[in-house]
Amino acid sequence: MALIECKNIHAGYGGMNILNGVNMSIESSEIGVIVGPNGAGKSTTLKAIFGLLNVGEGSIELRGDNITNLSPDKLVHKGMGFVPQEHNVFVSMTVEENLEMGAFIRRDDFSYMLERVYSFFPDLKDKRRQPAGELSGGQRQMVAMGRALMVEPSLLLLDEPTAGLSPMYMNEIFERVIAVNESGVGVLMVEQNAKQALRIAHKGFVLAAGKNRFTDTGQNLLNDPEVAKSFLGG
Amino acid sequence: MNEFIFFFNSVVINGAVIGSIYAMGAIGVTLVFGILRFAHFAHADMMTLGAFLVLILTALFPAVGPAIGLPTAFVMMPVAMVATAFIAVGIDKLFYKKLRENNVKPVVMVMASVGVTLMLQGLIRFLAGTGTQSLYIDDRKAIFRIDLPFESASRNLVVTEPQLLLFLFLAFAVIALHLFLNKSRLGKAMRAMSDNPDLAKVSGINTNTVVGVTWIIAGSLACAAGTLLSLDVTLKPDLSFMILLPIFAAAIVGGVGSPYGALAGGFVVGLTETLAVFNWTFVLRPLEQAIPSLDLPNTLAFVPTEYKITIPFFILLAILIWRPTGLFKGKIL
Repeated sequence: MALIECKNIHAGYGGMNILNGVNMSIESSEIGVIVGPNGAGKSTTLKAIFGLLNVGEGSIELRGDNITNLSPDKLVHKGMGFVPQEHNVFVSMTVEENLEMGAFIRRDDFSYMLERVYSFFPDLKDKRRQPAGELSGGQRQMVAMGRALMVEPSLLLLDEPTAGLSPMYMNEIFERVIAVNESGVGVLMVEQNAKQALRIAHKGFVLAAGKNRFTDTGQNLLNDPEVAKSFLGG
Repeated sequence: MNEFIFFFNSVVINGAVIGSIYAMGAIGVTLVFGILRFAHFAHADMMTLGAFLVLILTALFPAVGPAIGLPTAFVMMPVAMVATAFIAVGIDKLFYKKLRENNVKPVVMVMASVGVTLMLQGLIRFLAGTGTQSLYIDDRKAIFRIDLPFESASRNLVVTEPQLLLFLFLAFAVIALHLFLNKSRLGKAMRAMSDNPDLAKVSGINTNTVVGVTWIIAGSLACAAGTLLSLDVTLKPDLSFMILLPIFAAAIVGGVGSPYGALAGGFVVGLTETLAVFNWTFVLRPLEQAIPSLDLPNTLAFVPTEYKITIPFFILLAILIWRPTGLFKGKIL
């Protein structure tokens, strides 16, 4: 059974549909990467999965459990973590408080999870008493991912985690994403840096005009001349 | 020396008293703004309402205070605080929640709170009349005169019992609030929601609980502020009207959304008010003996007492010009 499966989802804002039948499915051992031109509905797909906008048609299943249009807080309880592209840290709170907020729904002792997040992102341990607003873009991204990991999700949704980062940080974030995935968390992410992202992807989804144009393994998509020409800049 | 003591009694102590009241009100206003993003105009009426609840309780159980050795009204205050907290949550459920769920603009919420103000004022007048009431029903207000160890000082420092209780309660409330916001899970969630409501939601923070806690804190602090002010002076239904503007000034001066700012803002507004209406003639009288040509008028104040209400306006203007985000950077808890 797939970890997450979207079947023919249609969704949008107001009456306007942005997604016109998106299909995707990934296993818990996989990294799925959504690429495509601006306005293709990449971020909208993540938001639809995470209950941030209404899905009009189609269904979303998490391990066979229908989760279509559940609210974000319910999805957190079901083991989903979401990292928005922007404003993804509590700027006035310390790094550690940000992580604690990620664990808000947990009533048990989650200190071991703090340590695990610090082992994924060693930079954060030294900065744990510093307000997240004082960190660099890359470090903030790590705080944001760490916050989402605190509930030990089975699926992590990342919306353009490397947007605006330097190439050095971009590689570092991708390495961390691989490490997180290897620890047993399924990852579905939207990326502008399509080539680099597809390199680490088990599955790639190329969206255009709110629909799947190509769906294959990351490597096959990279090798596909048509995908390369139309979507990866040759 | 006596002049200095007079100055201290009338400016520093009185300023700190009214400043503490403003601070307690402003903390509530600033917390509500930080979480719900609207200016809650009915806040001062929650203060009056809370004080009236205390009055009712005090009238019902007048013997409780003397048995403990504290004013009955002060002993009853925690009970009324709980009741006012419930009322605040109830008002939110009845009026504001539905608007919030329909994603109305903040100005609609403000207007709704003006409506709640009018309702509460009507209710209070309907139940308790328009007259002035004292919260000291069976007991007497104790006044402490503290002798100073200076030979030249024949005057005493004067602090009344309710003033002392006010300072103690404020210190307790501020420490408790600080610990709550920085140590407890819910307090941190409150700061998180004030910082970034969307991210709070995707983190799984139950925003309804946070809103409820905000009203509980704001309501109970409002009740305490109203009661302690009425203990110091008297209780009138239009108390809230006189106090609303200074409270908002204090919250803005401190930086809207910052509870520590509200605390500082309350004292800035309170002390400035008392300093502005202070009559300097008494303090300067010794100069009259030294300089025979000097003829001091009977009252020599920066601002006549009747115009006291304008002072928060000026402080507000000054702050908005020189430091628009307030003394403490506003908008976050």
